[in-house]
Formats: sequence, C-alpha cells, structure tokens
Amino acid sequence: MPDLKRTPFYDFHLKAGARMVAYAGWEMPLLYRGIIDEHLHTRAAASIFDVSHMGRLKFTGKTAEPFLQRMCTRNLAKGTVGQSMYSLVCRDDGGILDDVIVSRFDNHWYMVCNAANREKLLAWFATHKDVPTIEDETTKTAMVAIQGPKAVPLLDEVLPEPVSDLKRYHFEVMRYMLMIQFTVFRSGYTGEDGAEIICGTTAANLAMNYLLKSEGEHAILKPAGLGARDTLRMEAGMPLYGHELTEEVDPLSAGLEWAVDLQKEFVGVAALRRIAQAGLQRRATGLLIDGPRSARQGMAILQGDKHVGVITSGAMSPTLKRPIAIGYVPVDLAAPETPLRIAGATGILEAATAALPFYKRPGKVR
Amino acid sequence: MAAPNDRKYSASHEWHQQQGDVVTIGISRFAVDELTDVTYVDLPAVGKKLDAGKRFGEIESVKATSELYSAVAGEVIDVNDALKADPSLVNQDPYGKGWLIKVKAPGADLSALMDGAAYTARHGE
Repeated sequence: MPDLKRTPFYDFHLKAGARMVAYAGWEMPLLYRGIIDEHLHTRAAASIFDVSHMGRLKFTGKTAEPFLQRMCTRNLAKGTVGQSMYSLVCRDDGGILDDVIVSRFDNHWYMVCNAANREKLLAWFATHKDVPTIEDETTKTAMVAIQGPKAVPLLDEVLPEPVSDLKRYHFEVMRYMLMIQFTVFRSGYTGEDGAEIICGTTAANLAMNYLLKSEGEHAILKPAGLGARDTLRMEAGMPLYGHELTEEVDPLSAGLEWAVDLQKEFVGVAALRRIAQAGLQRRATGLLIDGPRSARQGMAILQGDKHVGVITSGAMSPTLKRPIAIGYVPVDLAAPETPLRIAGATGILEAATAALPFYKRPGKVR
Repeated sequence: MAAPNDRKYSASHEWHQQQGDVVTIGISRFAVDELTDVTYVDLPAVGKKLDAGKRFGEIESVKATSELYSAVAGEVIDVNDALKADPSLVNQDPYGKGWLIKVKAPGADLSALMDGAAYTARHGE
C-alpha cells in the first residue's frame, strides 16, 4: 500500500498471516485468525498487539513539566517518577484534541498519543510559549501491548524484573545484558491486565520472536490485530478518538471527569469550568441492544420518534454475545436501563442504556 | 484461492449460480474476508419480489454492516435458514453452506457478470 508507514513488525505480520489495512497513515494488521477468535483468546489467555503506530513523544528541558501541565487536563504534579497518567489535551473551548498517556521519567517526560493525532498535537504544541524540546520517537521505537489474564505471569517469567511488582499505571526501565533497553508499562486498552512495552526498533523483532517462541505455558501468547483491539476496548467502555472523543466533545460529557483537574490551570480549563457550572447537556453512555443487529457509528438514538442522540461505536460483543454500543444522550436519559431506540439503516433497534464498562475482568476494583 | 468458475460474480461481490429457472446467490470469499466474522444476515422473506441491481438484504460482521444486491429480478423461493443459528457458515463456506437466497428468475441473463477467472483477476483471490 503506497504512502503508508510500516512498523518494525511488518514482516512478522505477513508471516503470521495478517490481513493488513490502512489505519491513520500506517499499514497495520486488522486480524490474523479472526476478530472474535483473537478477542476471546485475549479474554481467556493472552495476546500481543503491535501498537507501534501510536505516537511517542519525548519532552525534555526545564519547561517540560510546566508546559505539559498547561497542555494536559490531568494534574501531572500528583504523579511520581515511574508513574503514568491518562489525560486529555484540549482546545481553548474544551474540545478534545487527543487522549494521551503521560509518563514521568527521572529527567524527561514521555507522551503516548493517537497515531492520527500525532502531527496535529506537534503543531498545536508549537503554537504555545515556553515549548520544551520535543523529540518524536515514533519511528525510532516500537511498541507492543501484551494483554490478558495470563499476560503478567508470562512476562514475569521472561523479563529481567517482575511486572507483577509494578502497580497499574506505573512503569520501569529494564535491560537485557547492557545492550537492550526497554520500558515496561503496566497498562493497556483491552480491559485486561497486562503491559505495554516500548523498545528500540532493532530489538523489537528479537523480543517478538522470543515472546512468541516461548515453550509450554508461554505458547498461549498469540498475536491479535486492531479489529480485536477495538471490540475489546468497547467492552471495557474505553473511549476511542474519532468515535467517542472528537474536537466537538468535551471530557466531562465524555465521562472522563476523573482525568480532569478543574482546580489547576490548563488550556481549556475556563471553558470546562463553565460547562461544569452550567451542568452537562449530554453524556456518553453504554447501550445494550435487543436482537441480533448491531448499531454503528453515526446512527441516530431516538426516544419514541424524537432524535435525542448519536451512536459513536457499536459491535457484536464477543464476550457478551449480544450487540453493544456507546453513544451520547441527554443527561436525563443517561441513567442505566432507560429504554431508547436506534435508527438502523433498514429498521429500528430496541435498546436500553447501560453503565460502562460492559465487561470488567474478574477481581478488578475500578 | 480462485473463485469457482461454476457461477458468475457481480462488482458488489455477490455470486450468482444459475440452475434452470433458479439463481442461487451468495457472497464471494474475497467479500467475506473483507467483512471479517459474520454475526448476522438480514434476508428477505420467501415470496418477496426482487428487482435487478437492488438491495435485498444486509450482512453484519463484528466490524461493519454491508448491503446485499441481487443482479437478477425474480421471486425469492428459499432463504438459508441455517444462517440464523450460525451466521459464521458464511465465513466457513461462502460458496457452499453459506449461500444466502434462491431466486426464481426464468431466463435471467448473467452474461454481464464476471466469471470466476475475471473476478479472481480483479480481486486476487
């Protein structure tokens, strides 16, 4: 496919039988064996996802911390070295430019952003004052996510230091011998426990082959593509940029108030304070649909015959074995089990609101 | 894998197999692979009259919903009820057990459609 970037795992994907698709300017694996198969394997065992398309930005210099504090909705001062925080980057009017994970290292900060928003964010950052040194490490590094109930036990056996000692949203820089350095983050986007690993491009395939060739218990690890990643995150109630999150949506309406600190100063805070003061108009909610048909992004949500909202994501849930969706509805209709209807392409789907997430892994507190 | 040559293919990826007055319709392996795992197939009732080139149903996968088109006019005389219980038959066997509908279409002219070789050349099955 012309003009598309390839990750260091491109040859691996082809050998593993992936069907490649264009995604945010990258040639990425949609699936290997099948979306449902890969989804269920992640819930039951462990999968490895190539997420090298995601943007990786390094911030250094004295202004890095105050700059990121101004750019991000989350109060990063509350994080310690070795901790990662999910945050939004907003426009002045509170519209979401991207959702990111910001990690505090000893002498620098690291941001993982959406592939489709990387260049937009870099341009946005450059319009502000006191910009620190920002290095785009996206094509110099690789990133994989290893997710599933067996992911952490597996990683504990193969990595030099145990991942099980890391708290959620914490990370550690590890080394093999002296040559190979990589960072292991206890985070993910599937609703499962697991880790995300960033390493240099040269070590990437060594690591992938090592992980996948492991014998015995480790043979459970299988590759999974973007298709399963999408249905997994939907079940876990996690928003996706371009669907639940856009520049026309604010983080409070998106249900991300926990990632917004209205007490600190940042770009967009004035608008978000006004929105919070006035009360939300609409809110993101889950929807469970009766019958076999799925809702899709863009379909209208109706109460009776009245147009009240819009679907942002929808699919047949492989775990629940019924169609699930996420959409925006007026706040007074967002309480769980509110009956609503969805205007499908050829008919009406009966649905009811449902609290997110649809799926919580056993033992998970939040 | 080449598309079988015992049927004809439309640009919208439905195959049409003519046996006497009856045309059986399904979708190609290429289309099935594009769709990913099929989760639901919405098919017309027996007795429904179809127009050539018009939509007769929808097929849903985990990923997307797509429309189904018939290249022939006629009356639906059978639908594949097995797909209600197991829509993944379309993935497993698109040219066999995953057929969709049978249409009574005496004298239907399929000559404008692609044969298996032409369809394979176009979509590299």
